[in-house]
Amino acid sequence: MWRRHAGWAVAGAALFVPLVVPNAYVMGVITRICLYSLLALGLNIVVGFAGLLDLGYVAFFGIGSYVYAFLASPQFGLHLSFPVALAAAVVVTAIFGILIGAPTLRLRGDYLAIVTLGFGEITYILLINLDRPINITGGPSGIVSIDPPSLFGYALQANFQYYYLFLVVLGVAVMLSRRLRDSRIGWAWQAIREDEVAAETMGINTTMAKLQAFSIGAAFAGAGGCLLASWQRSVFPDNFLFTESINILAMVILGGVGSLPGVILGATIIVALPELFRDFQLYRLLAFGLMLMVLMIFRPAGLLAFASRHEEDADPAADDNIPVTEAAAGP
Amino acid sequence: MLSFSDILHILPQQLVFGITLGTIYGLIAIGYTMVYGVLFMINFAHGDVFMIGAYVGWIVLGALMGSHAVPLHPAIVLPVMLIAAMLFTGLIGLGLERFAYRPLYRRGATRLGPLISAIGASIFLQNAVMLTEGARERVYMTYAVFPRSWRINLGGVNISVLVLVIAGVAALMMWGLHQMVQRTALGRSIRAVAEDREIAAVMGVDVWRVVATAFFIGSALGGAAGVLVGFYYTQIDFFMGYSAGLKAFTAAVLGGIGNIRGAMLGGLILGVVESLAITFINPAFKDAVAFGVLILVLVFRPGGLLGESLPDWKKI
Amino acid sequence: MQVLLQLDQVVTTYGPIRALKGVTIEVRAGEIVCLLGGNASGKSTTMKTILGIVRPKSGSVYFAGERIDRLPTQSIVGRGISLVPEARRLFGRMTVWENLAMGAFTRRAELHSELEQDYERVYALFPRIKERLGQLAGTLSGGEQQMVAIGRALMARPRLLLMDEPSMGLSPALVDQVFDIIQTINQQETTILVVEQNAAVALSVASRGYVLQNGRVVATDQAENLLAADDIRRAYLGDE
Repeated sequence: MWRRHAGWAVAGAALFVPLVVPNAYVMGVITRICLYSLLALGLNIVVGFAGLLDLGYVAFFGIGSYVYAFLASPQFGLHLSFPVALAAAVVVTAIFGILIGAPTLRLRGDYLAIVTLGFGEITYILLINLDRPINITGGPSGIVSIDPPSLFGYALQANFQYYYLFLVVLGVAVMLSRRLRDSRIGWAWQAIREDEVAAETMGINTTMAKLQAFSIGAAFAGAGGCLLASWQRSVFPDNFLFTESINILAMVILGGVGSLPGVILGATIIVALPELFRDFQLYRLLAFGLMLMVLMIFRPAGLLAFASRHEEDADPAADDNIPVTEAAAGP
Repeated sequence: MLSFSDILHILPQQLVFGITLGTIYGLIAIGYTMVYGVLFMINFAHGDVFMIGAYVGWIVLGALMGSHAVPLHPAIVLPVMLIAAMLFTGLIGLGLERFAYRPLYRRGATRLGPLISAIGASIFLQNAVMLTEGARERVYMTYAVFPRSWRINLGGVNISVLVLVIAGVAALMMWGLHQMVQRTALGRSIRAVAEDREIAAVMGVDVWRVVATAFFIGSALGGAAGVLVGFYYTQIDFFMGYSAGLKAFTAAVLGGIGNIRGAMLGGLILGVVESLAITFINPAFKDAVAFGVLILVLVFRPGGLLGESLPDWKKI
Repeated sequence: MQVLLQLDQVVTTYGPIRALKGVTIEVRAGEIVCLLGGNASGKSTTMKTILGIVRPKSGSVYFAGERIDRLPTQSIVGRGISLVPEARRLFGRMTVWENLAMGAFTRRAELHSELEQDYERVYALFPRIKERLGQLAGTLSGGEQQMVAIGRALMARPRLLLMDEPSMGLSPALVDQVFDIIQTINQQETTILVVEQNAAVALSVASRGYVLQNGRVVATDQAENLLAADDIRRAYLGDE
């Protein structure tokens, strides 16, 4: 119960952050934390709630960004207002969520992961190559001079202004995630995550549930993409590499698959840590890879685990736990 | 646009390239398929093991060239490089299995754990190489070993000896592996574990030993492929494992994951298709070809060409 | 007669489920002993415990005087215990010959001439196998698969042969054949422990039997007495 109050306390404290922050740079980092928290929440729906391992999540991030870029930049001469463009980005990404999710419905575990990875890569390849014969995406140089968000006629400028915008969107995302988790569809997702076959026999429409997971998760990323594009005022294909998918996944896993505060904590750590260790930038990725391996061995449930720990099977001869049957896709 | 006679002229050449590429893909694909066969796990780091093989080969080649101790003839240089690369990568494969993956299976990890660990291992290996060998590409002095003039005429097609040797070595290795798997007790034990682990144990097979062996062999073959690719493309970099890995994985899936003959077949098909795509469609999309194939196979026939059409869902 | 296999108050659990609640069983060299009981009586778990596929929570298992319940499966099997699994479980994608060869896996270091004897013994017992050596095991009929499964287990020249429900899925004629072969094998100096649901046929070849119910031994006696006893029939048709 205290968790709920802790949540509101944190949210309240968050409002005062710009007052205590020393400079614009740190403000930027914190803003980025909000952005990635949003993305991690979205992936959390797909991986954490529904148990679908998506390795191509960055594709939705990219699609959302580019949609905003199409609608609010010189690229096509469109300059739609922020709320409209945001809505468009979310809707379009959600549709792509369904499109990408649909072929994967029959796949499980590793295969699902690889196919989504493939979609992520294809998205990147399209973004980088669709500048010939017609220039749609701007190719490797991307799209620049994107409009900043303008609310009630006022265009955002300073980092702390973006911070509040991101915070609001993040807040909506948190509340949505909460609602979803405790709703009927959240239960359906959990059932699917634990044992898809059993879920089917219980009468759950797993197809619908999975598609919903994909599209809602994608929508979060679409919103995030929109925020990124309007903040960075530009988008490049290299913003959306496979490594980003892994980063976001790591945030979800580190914090604890399924746990909302955990996921935000994970995002904070993964965004903030490299900043703290700027001198060791070279070793950052090395440490990251090592961390993933070590994490899986010692703390596979993440730092703030979601699922209640099951009793270990009292079957000690089972050090042969290689999957003979398909296991639920969750640590 | 190419005219029909142009196409006819280029086709045999491209087929040769495609087949060569295909044997290399097959060699790498075997690593994926063997590990998947015994452990039902996709060793995401396998592509990086291939990359390490290329680097080991490069180091050995540099040492050989610098020492002036041996003549730079492929018959001498190639085996030395291959053996060095295969031993080193085989050991890395063993290390991965023993320290990164086995602890997870001992704890009853689900699918997510080993896959994440493998991704972590992949990132780790890539960056370890980047930090030790530098971020810029390294160059294989291929033409110091295989003079450019070494070409022969095979059925009207003018091919370099380099290409022949590469395809030949790869094919020979795959053949050797196939013989081992089909005819030796070790090979039978691997197949037994892949088919029914519990009963294999009841027959007295040390299952974890078999798993380790599969990792060693698969990784060693991947390392060998790295050396061959180094010679073929002359440029290697620490990131080459990623795309090669995904394509080889596609080949393994195309042929039917877990099926060694499938890996070889899938490799050949993918190599040829990619080669043709480079020639006749935009080269920039060549990576997309592999991904497209992968997605099509997984969606419509996940069991692959040599697997069951309705795969045993227990294994997928 | 020397005691070859001994289970002493074995308790085996699967998580919260207690499958074996203190089972004591003895098999002497040269015997055929049968383990009877309905579904969920603990018969399969007993087999798995002996082989080390599951480990007992308490109690001990001895084989030829040596304690084996903490050993890994391949060590246990290497000491001379072979299994004919329930539902055969051949390696369907391997040929008949390769299945037999897998049966001899623990003896792969031995000379080929030694192993030849065992192949011949199996061919003598099952002439049909010799005709089908190159065939994929998965394509055989149920009865043929049972022959191969038994042959495979014999290839290890086991001192103790475990058979898990050999009659399952076979026609009565085949069942008779199989149990005839069991007797023949026993006469060739192999001790056999048979787990069976078909009590009548099992007791017709065994010298002694144990009846399991709900993870406990509820009766043990000479085979003839068990066959004659009314309460055995009740144990089967009664509540589990």
